[in-house]
Amino acid sequence: MMNRNLQFDAEGRLRHFIDIEGLSRLVLTEILDIAENFATVGTQQVKKVPLLRGKTIVNLFFEPSTRTRTTFELAAKRLSADVQNINISTSSTSKGESLLDMLRNLEAMQCDMFIVRHNQSGAAHFIAEHVAPHISVINAGDGWHAHPTQAMLDAFTIRRHKPDLTDLRVAIVGDIKHSRVARSEIHALNTLGVPEVRVIGPQTLIPPEAANLGVHIYHSLEQGLQDVDVVIMLRLQRERMEGALLPSEHEYFTRYGLTESKLALAKPDAIVMHPGPINRGVEIDSAVADGPQSVILEQVTNGIAVRMAVMSLVLGRAPQGEDGS
Amino acid sequence: MRWIIQHGRLIDPAQNLDTVTDLYIADGRIVGHGNQPDGFLAEQTIDAKGKIVIPGLIDLSVRLREPGQEHKGTIASETRAAAAGGITTLCIPPDTKPIIETPAVAELITRHANDAGFARVLPLGALTAGLKGEHLAEMALLSQQGKCVAVSNACRPISQTRVMRRAMEYAASCGLPVFLHADDRSLSQGGCAHEGVVSTRLGLPGVPEAAETVAVARELMLIEQTGVRAHFCHLSAAHSVQMIARAKHDGLPITMGVTPHHLYLTEMDIGFFNSQCHVLPPLRTQRDQEGLRTGLSNGCISVICSDHQPHDADAKLAPFADTEPGISGLETLLPLALRLVKDGVVSLMDMVAKLTCEPARILNLPDSGTLAIGARADICIFDPEQHWTVVPEQLVSAGKNTPFGGWELTGKVTHTLLEGKLVYTLR
Repeated sequence: MMNRNLQFDAEGRLRHFIDIEGLSRLVLTEILDIAENFATVGTQQVKKVPLLRGKTIVNLFFEPSTRTRTTFELAAKRLSADVQNINISTSSTSKGESLLDMLRNLEAMQCDMFIVRHNQSGAAHFIAEHVAPHISVINAGDGWHAHPTQAMLDAFTIRRHKPDLTDLRVAIVGDIKHSRVARSEIHALNTLGVPEVRVIGPQTLIPPEAANLGVHIYHSLEQGLQDVDVVIMLRLQRERMEGALLPSEHEYFTRYGLTESKLALAKPDAIVMHPGPINRGVEIDSAVADGPQSVILEQVTNGIAVRMAVMSLVLGRAPQGEDGS
Repeated sequence: MRWIIQHGRLIDPAQNLDTVTDLYIADGRIVGHGNQPDGFLAEQTIDAKGKIVIPGLIDLSVRLREPGQEHKGTIASETRAAAAGGITTLCIPPDTKPIIETPAVAELITRHANDAGFARVLPLGALTAGLKGEHLAEMALLSQQGKCVAVSNACRPISQTRVMRRAMEYAASCGLPVFLHADDRSLSQGGCAHEGVVSTRLGLPGVPEAAETVAVARELMLIEQTGVRAHFCHLSAAHSVQMIARAKHDGLPITMGVTPHHLYLTEMDIGFFNSQCHVLPPLRTQRDQEGLRTGLSNGCISVICSDHQPHDADAKLAPFADTEPGISGLETLLPLALRLVKDGVVSLMDMVAKLTCEPARILNLPDSGTLAIGARADICIFDPEQHWTVVPEQLVSAGKNTPFGGWELTGKVTHTLLEGKLVYTLR
């Protein structure tokens, strides 16, 4: 029971989108291709397609988020779905109502999809395991575990700039240990055939047995950036100074901050990405974040198309799907 | 009541006995095997043909949840489950609510257990006041008036080494053994799974191996200095076993225990966030599992305990790290231990020893854990050939939380006697 991939229904169709792990290259490519179709919707005069008309989507955020929640909301609205945002501070659930009770209540409101963000790893998986059969769950980030739509929008952005993923070196820099983005990106890039994924950071921010995820580990930014095509910078949480993981922001920036001179070690046409929000002067220099190689804002725009693709695919209404129009 | 248990295969490691014969019981004591004692008239007979008769099991770590968490289990419900598992004596750690830090709480627990009548419950007294790791608990009073058999800080840390040293010294001077849960909390804090491949994949906060080994190292040095008798409960890492084995070889008065789940499961069993595998200390690697099994084979690990922790269903229904750790293990203890025999890890005789006379020795209970004449008539009779499937809902324990649901096990307890009283019969 536990080993079945609950993202698929009995017919093998994608029913939930929880985790990149366990999804095939075919599924990931399909999402990217559908997203290409949706990418133009945002540039039209009327920014809407009627694919999810009549569907109710609940943004269930147990952790604060602006960008992810907003892009999910925009994506749902552009698909003509009705969207309800529910922001719950985790402390209030732990005091009273259990997560399961809350789910039952929301189910009773006859929704079609939950988009879930939670500070505990496995939360989206747990919800998908217990949700009524007609409801789909999309993981908008669970603890340190996964943030699959972010990984897909990053893959989408990379593919737009570097169409042949099987000929790339990608470096992910920073706090890998506490990063759900990194975990999902590693799975996505490996599944999509990227031959070399590197992670770069101090040992305190690299999880144990990281090599098992299918990455090469570097502790020196200079060495790790040699000849890479894509540099993905991760946000450094300020709390990391307190857990004796790092000495100071200043030292971190000196060793791992992406400056123009360090970026010059990568391939000349390398692109720079960041899932946001950016800490200027901590993990990335403003000159790089705003520079010609940065695609950081493109990522945000692409996030809408990719999330439209995932939502429509999961609800069986993708443009190529049997109900597609 | 006078009983005769006929035709059973008696196995008693305390006497190195393994023979098919009859066993005679009168007035709660064992009065003979083989030939019927003079003038013995049995009132009841149990036909144990094809079955194995061993001393009632002694489990050194069982949570009954009473007092304090009766929604998870009660002394009555859990001792009944113990009887169904062939366990007749069990030790309960002091982390009840209220804590076992006064003789009154200890007495309350033993009284309720006596009223329930399914098993003998031996409380472990607190090592430090309120288990806070700051001041010593009233160990002598707990021992003399509360009948506590040992002292322990349960799973709560004693982070100040000075306090641990004094507590060990004081316990030693009271002649009390100390039960240790080796955990350096500053390393394990917040963790819910072994820090390794699976915690990395699932993004779960890890408990590094060092959380156990660093604590073991500190405790070993202090045991050496204070001379206290110490028992390491439920170890999880191969390195810990090696360190303790070395110290034991050098003559320290120490013993170790291990649970069936650490012998049968690894971090891999967490799969996709299976909260039934959320235990502390965490399930570790295949290598650790092999190390624990080796320790069991070569005799360094002398005790198998269930570390029974029953939970209500809600406790396991949440995202992994939010669930409560622990396994309901009383009823799977013996069959899983029997499987170790089948797997060639230990002999049947040694396996029985680790569930009977070895724990009895740690608790200094000379009349328990043996079938010797004059011993308490605490008996477990089991059918070594009966196959059964673990169905969590069918467990006698109020806690249905087991990761072994669906496992096919061999060996089922058919009768349990507590001081000559039949407390369980398989229907």
